[in-house]
Amino acid sequence: MTPTEFGPTGIKCPTRTRFSRALGLAALVGIAWLALFGLVLSPDDRVQREGVRILYVHVPSAWLAYLAFVVTGLASAAYLFPKTRSLTWDRIAGASAEVGVLFMGITLVSGSLWGHISWGTYWTWDSRLTTTAFLFVTYIGYLAVRGLGGSQQQRARRSAVVALLALLEVPLVHFSVKWWRPLHQGESVAEKELEGLMLFSLFVGIIAFTLLYVWLVLHRQRVLAMEDSLADRGLDTALAERRQEALPR
Amino acid sequence: MNTLHIARLVAAKDLRIEWRSRVVTNQVLPFAALVMVMFAFALDNDTVLPRVAPGLVWLAAMFSLLVLVQRTFAVETADGALDALRVAGVGPAGIFLGKSLALAVQLTVLEVMLLGAAVVLYRTELVAGGVVLLVTTYLAATLGLAFVGTLYGGLAAGAKGRETLLPLLLLPVVAPVLIGATRATEAALGTNDATPSEGWPWIGLLALFAVIFGAGGSLAFGSLIDE
Repeated sequence: MTPTEFGPTGIKCPTRTRFSRALGLAALVGIAWLALFGLVLSPDDRVQREGVRILYVHVPSAWLAYLAFVVTGLASAAYLFPKTRSLTWDRIAGASAEVGVLFMGITLVSGSLWGHISWGTYWTWDSRLTTTAFLFVTYIGYLAVRGLGGSQQQRARRSAVVALLALLEVPLVHFSVKWWRPLHQGESVAEKELEGLMLFSLFVGIIAFTLLYVWLVLHRQRVLAMEDSLADRGLDTALAERRQEALPR
Repeated sequence: MNTLHIARLVAAKDLRIEWRSRVVTNQVLPFAALVMVMFAFALDNDTVLPRVAPGLVWLAAMFSLLVLVQRTFAVETADGALDALRVAGVGPAGIFLGKSLALAVQLTVLEVMLLGAAVVLYRTELVAGGVVLLVTTYLAATLGLAFVGTLYGGLAAGAKGRETLLPLLLLPVVAPVLIGATRATEAALGTNDATPSEGWPWIGLLALFAVIFGAGGSLAFGSLIDE
């Protein structure tokens, strides 16, 4: 058993590669840059004052969460398609959903805080907010389905089907909520008046968060692959031990 | 045997089991009635109750759906009957449609009782002009609920901790039905001065929901229940 079997670069730091380290550094630099721009360099908003700074986290994390769920859907479809069937797609789908749920949570919390400052309320029954909340719960359910147990193939097929069903559900929820409350809040004030440095800071945020997303999914996917191979190896080892016991001494 | 024939046999089998075991009539229907009484306790206001009655009826139907779905798959998994069916070469689409049909029949009985309870307990009044809309709403919503219930029930069946997983998976999915059916029922009953013509767009949503999950379920059910 050589250490390299545990991951791309050996046992000490088993999910690291040169590429992912560079990516992680780039994401870190991007986030430091975002913090500098968002907290120090960018001006207060005329209407929202300091509250506008929440958006530098809120918008990129919302973008990231939606990106993550789209990737989960695509990877699930790739798993179900016979020619591209591979457990790697399943693990990418799972890793992406985990990151997506995390950032959707951040989106909801930061959005509520921002809403409290600019609308005077933590929550409104707006179609976009409600759809987002449903997405959050739906993908928590998806992660629960991944944890149901059974063989890896079973987990992969079951969760891929659930991910595709979730893609069917999201537009239905969105349109039903939209009809339910036709007078929903339009584009927010800040989004209309974004200009200059603010727009640039937001742009930096989106790039930094996208890099962070790729880095997180890459590592998480490798950890999941190790978990799977550990489960396989555990079974093989146990079988070999039982065989040894059965042999005549 | 073709799919529809299998579906008919599976549905007949499920309904026969329920008819003989009386679990639905002796446990699920009283539970649903109890939920309606509890709503009245919680809201505690004679003028609010008639206004929110359509929503409460459908909410009680959703809660009862969870119980019914668990029941319909407990029957299958207890003796490995679902696996036996698959091993015998019975098509999953037929099983899905059959179980959905049986579930839809049970749900219909339950919903009619819930509406009766709303008339008696919440002073809801049925309007003659809205009867067609009301019946269509019930048909479309019930089919949608039965398809989704069977689909996710099959997924959760046979897994450890399914009792807790099913509500988490099912309730977000049926949210559009809750919204659509409630609005359409309000329109049919004239609640809050709604008119029947306001209800028909919602029927479109309910029908779309039923078609999508009926088709999706027929295709996906096999991969969800295969062990």
